[in-house]
Amino acid sequence: MSSAMYERMRANPKFKELVSRRGRFAWTLAFIVLSMFYGFVMVVAFNPAALGQPVAEGSMLTVGVAVELFMFIFFWSLTAVYVKRANSEFDALTQEIVKEAWKENK
Amino acid sequence: MRRLTHLGTALGLLAVAAMAYAGPPVEGAMEKQATNWHAIIMFCLFVMMTMGITYWASSRTKSTADFYTAGGGITGFQNGLAIAGDYMSAATLLGLTAMVYGQGYDGYIYMLAFFAGWPIILFLMAERLRNLGKFTFSDITAYRLDQGKVRTMAAISSLTVVCFYLIAQMVGAGQLIKLLFGLEYNVAIFAVGILMMVYVTFGGMVATTWVQIIKACMLLTGGTLVMFLAFSQFGFSFQTLLEKATAVHKLGPQLMYPGSLLADPVTAISLGLGLMFGTAGLPHILMRFFTVTDAREARKSVLYASGFVAYFFNVIFLMGLCGIIIVGQNPEFFEGGQLGGKLIGGGNMVAMHLSKAVGGDMLLGFLAAVAFATILAVVSGLALAGASAISHDLYARVIKKGAASEASEIRVSKIATICLGFVAIILGILFEKQNIAFMVGLAFGVAAAANFPVLILSMYWKGLTTRGALFGGYGGLISSVLFVLFSKSVWVDVLHNAAPLFPYAQPALFAMPIAFLLAYIFSKTDSSVRAGHEIEAFEDQYVRAQTGYGAASASNH
Repeated sequence: MSSAMYERMRANPKFKELVSRRGRFAWTLAFIVLSMFYGFVMVVAFNPAALGQPVAEGSMLTVGVAVELFMFIFFWSLTAVYVKRANSEFDALTQEIVKEAWKENK
Repeated sequence: MRRLTHLGTALGLLAVAAMAYAGPPVEGAMEKQATNWHAIIMFCLFVMMTMGITYWASSRTKSTADFYTAGGGITGFQNGLAIAGDYMSAATLLGLTAMVYGQGYDGYIYMLAFFAGWPIILFLMAERLRNLGKFTFSDITAYRLDQGKVRTMAAISSLTVVCFYLIAQMVGAGQLIKLLFGLEYNVAIFAVGILMMVYVTFGGMVATTWVQIIKACMLLTGGTLVMFLAFSQFGFSFQTLLEKATAVHKLGPQLMYPGSLLADPVTAISLGLGLMFGTAGLPHILMRFFTVTDAREARKSVLYASGFVAYFFNVIFLMGLCGIIIVGQNPEFFEGGQLGGKLIGGGNMVAMHLSKAVGGDMLLGFLAAVAFATILAVVSGLALAGASAISHDLYARVIKKGAASEASEIRVSKIATICLGFVAIILGILFEKQNIAFMVGLAFGVAAAANFPVLILSMYWKGLTTRGALFGGYGGLISSVLFVLFSKSVWVDVLHNAAPLFPYAQPALFAMPIAFLLAYIFSKTDSSVRAGHEIEAFEDQYVRAQTGYGAASASNH
């Protein structure tokens, strides 16, 4: 784990690509989760009545329950999307970067 | 061989505790129920199984890596189950069911807040944690900073969080077991404390992980079964269920509206922050990220863990709603047979009564055993996290400056576990009459304010220096503890003062900015040579965080 290895990896343009691509992806997903969750908390705090409305006339299912159930499923789907992309695309890119740094080492 | 004798002694102690189980129920103890044999037999089966695993694990626990992180060889799926097992305490099963039973929709909002932290942990933290850390999260905060000072700070706040969480779990355990098994409170506390010591000292992380995995499976199975049986009484129709529930509940149609629990925006946001980022600062949860092979498995663990947690929260929501009709309309479950009066065993017993109503004594026994197992698993994870803060951070790195041998480090962590076990027993007995809700709040608040800011800054902000980390960490720790101390739940309810000095129950919204601000100001104004080196060292740390190159591997280090 020499500093020289890190230096070479940092110099590799693929490293910048990895960092910016993964960073953008992760922060976008995090932003979606945070804004939906805190947006929901705001509605709970300021307009709770909106969440108690039924989704349709005569239905007992309220907007609040539907929205929350959606968020449970949606947030979990986002984690699945992230894991899928990170474990294939980003991991492959990472391995290339490490391998190339090794080659230069020799 | 010595290990075997140790295990024998411990089993002997357990047998003493088990004999106490069999003692006749003490007359006159109002809340205590008749000894529940189904529950005791099932729980003993669980203990025997986990003891077997502990025995097997003890033969595999040789190095410090085995002890702290199971050698890093846990798979993503196993770790996902174990994280779910670590995260879903008895408070989840009993407390949240009771909250839905009493307040309806509010309970569901709480569950979302408990869940929403997980995607954030995955997107922003999981792979960096795995790539930078080895045994404890202080490995990351102290990566390029002053080892002695930063580790001491991180260990102190870890231990603070662990202790408050332990109190909450122990007191909860004692009360629960008194009700479910008909045991004395003190006997229950000793049983939990001693079992925890056995699991952790002999089996380390391997045994703790398997206890958590088994318990998570039991919890998921038991919860699903009860929900299924209860929901079938309504023909699996959410419409019918809600029609009946709103018809009989005292809140009426308001049952499905957000209620009083989160009426004030400051409390709502502060709670959201505390639960979300507190999760990301709990030492026993963070530690689980070091038990997997690499960042890839770390990500998978979060995927599985959050899936189980999300699923189970929805099961609990249905259980609570079914309870409104099945338990709430059955006089058998109320003291003196009075509908709408006090539930037998207190408000937290809804899930238990529901299991009895739909599945008889067998199912009640099973769910009771699950609840006990749950407490045991969570307490073991906490003890291991606390012990590693003492042995890995304080002993090996601060006192011995990295020169401690593996054998002595493991010995210290085992001694630390036993000490923590006794501390937990003593605290559990001292705080018997205390309201445990504020302890959990304090644990999450301290984790969110003391652990999380410094941890995330050390991973993301180049400019963080030792001085900034110390001010941020101690500042967050002290301010969050003070905010809780001055809030209504302690200042008025416990210390009996007239009015709270701090108007809100949740500290996170205020203590977190203090921690971030202090860390920023004292890093920015730090112009020492040391600080310069620390900032330079970020570059290498950054490459390692991104690529995992040089990360502690699953094989030997």
